[in-house]
Amino acid sequence: MLSKSQARTFFLGGTLVTFLAFIGLTVYSFQPKNDQTNIKKLDAKAIKGKAIWEANNCMGCHTLMGEGGYYAPELTKVIERRGEGYVKAVLQSPIPWGPKGRKMVKYEMNDEDTEAMIAFLKWVGEIDLNGFDRVVSPLAKD
Amino acid sequence: MKYKSQKVAYWFFALCMLLLVLQLTYGFIMGFARIGMDGLHEFIPFNTARAVHTNLLVVWLLAGFMGAAYYIIPEEAQRELVSVKLAYVQLISLAVVGVIAVVGYHFNHWEGRKFLEIPRELDYLVVVNVLLFLGLILATLFTGKRRTTTALVLTMGLLFAALLYLPGMIWFDSQVTDSFFRWWVVHLWVEGVWELIMGGILAYLLIKLTGVDREVIEKWLYVIVGLTFLSGILGTGHHYYYIGVNKIWLIVGGIFSALEPLAFLAMALFAMYMYRKGEKSHPNKIALFWTIGSSIVSFIGAGLLGFAHTLPQTNIYTHGTLVTAMHGHYAFWGAYAMIVLAIISYAIPNMTGRKRYNNSAGHLAFWLSNIGMLGMTVAFGVAGVAQVYLERKMKLDFMDVQNEISIHFVVLILCATMFTSGILMYIVEFLKYGKPTDEALEA
Repeated sequence: MLSKSQARTFFLGGTLVTFLAFIGLTVYSFQPKNDQTNIKKLDAKAIKGKAIWEANNCMGCHTLMGEGGYYAPELTKVIERRGEGYVKAVLQSPIPWGPKGRKMVKYEMNDEDTEAMIAFLKWVGEIDLNGFDRVVSPLAKD
Repeated sequence: MKYKSQKVAYWFFALCMLLLVLQLTYGFIMGFARIGMDGLHEFIPFNTARAVHTNLLVVWLLAGFMGAAYYIIPEEAQRELVSVKLAYVQLISLAVVGVIAVVGYHFNHWEGRKFLEIPRELDYLVVVNVLLFLGLILATLFTGKRRTTTALVLTMGLLFAALLYLPGMIWFDSQVTDSFFRWWVVHLWVEGVWELIMGGILAYLLIKLTGVDREVIEKWLYVIVGLTFLSGILGTGHHYYYIGVNKIWLIVGGIFSALEPLAFLAMALFAMYMYRKGEKSHPNKIALFWTIGSSIVSFIGAGLLGFAHTLPQTNIYTHGTLVTAMHGHYAFWGAYAMIVLAIISYAIPNMTGRKRYNNSAGHLAFWLSNIGMLGMTVAFGVAGVAQVYLERKMKLDFMDVQNEISIHFVVLILCATMFTSGILMYIVEFLKYGKPTDEALEA
């Protein structure tokens, strides 16, 4: 029968081994050869877009790469799906955007911030998402 | 109650009750918005309501864990808390940080990262607050007369929870790297170290309520928390399938997250076996209901419903849909909310000296809240599955699908009303006990 000290060894040993494996896999994931994000294309404009994305908690309603609030559309492929002009109109709208009844916060963004957001969404749209990008895009056949 | 300083736990529990009511209020705002009743949009848009709803959940659960630690550690260490005054300072500062954060969310002051919306300057205050809490708990534990496994597991959970908050405070230019390390906090909290805290509280309650030998309970506690980390750490990979990191996580995350239900199954079997094995018939049956209920509902909510969409082949369709909300609600309710309500139900009669447990209102609160939450979970599930088929398979537009499934949110609101009735009854019972008193000290 299992003793208490054996149970403790199982806990401590199992934790240590899996934690080390987790760290190893994290290091592996972020090696340049394993990059799936086109990190070299991530420019200052897209980084500014990410800051605006966070400052307005867009994730509180939308999802991006499947993460967010499930209240407003997935934006992973939004530039491909809607085009830059549509996204610009939404971000700069002087009234809350809501063509099908669900209102968005009115942001009235200036051109500079809008361009940064578009650059950010474009960069996200080109990430290799292991197949998820095909599922969330209406252009996909599967 | 054996030590006067345990009374400080009462005020942490009272804060829990207050924040829980606020959390439910914002939940209703979100529910009504989903069926088109968004009259508060100008003042409380959905993203604000959501940030408040989820952050209040985290804060009231943390307040509950802290209250549990202030109640359990003195008894386990067999000494008074090292400083009651500092514990009150810690409580007040926690409440103040929480209030500032929540008010700030209404004025677009946040970080906009799911579950970690607290702005950076408040993050530092959270760190100071948690360090003070840990200092008090560790000092009490290590100057006490004994160091039990239960106390060590509980303290280890709280210590790791504090350490794991740090990766969430680092800025990353890349959204992918940001998400990757955000899950170090969120996943490793709720599917890792919080389970240690849950296990510690569960073991304490089982020792007290069933009378089973401490050595037996603590041995199995090690096995359960061992299974938790063995599956949960690499199980983080299920959040990495489709966020732009390497495909290796599809294999690693798939295998280890499929093992995650084992820890919850072990927890449920452990609790039920100890209950059957126990020869002691503790009169506080309502605390026993919450304790055993927590172990069973956490297995269903966190274990089974998590497993239902954790394999990459399924998750590619369910990722980013209401299926996640289904799992999230029942998992948090079973694993963490119920265990906090269990320790409150056990501790309050001991702190106030009023043995008014086992009245019908307490039992009604248990069943109403549990049936209500089950109904909410089913409503989210049906809405989520319909969303998957209509949006991901049939390729219908997002809002067209949302309008189609809005009826399920009417059901959700009805079930949430039942759930809230149960919670309000629980809070009325809490208030009826009155305040803690030194007269409740055991001789």
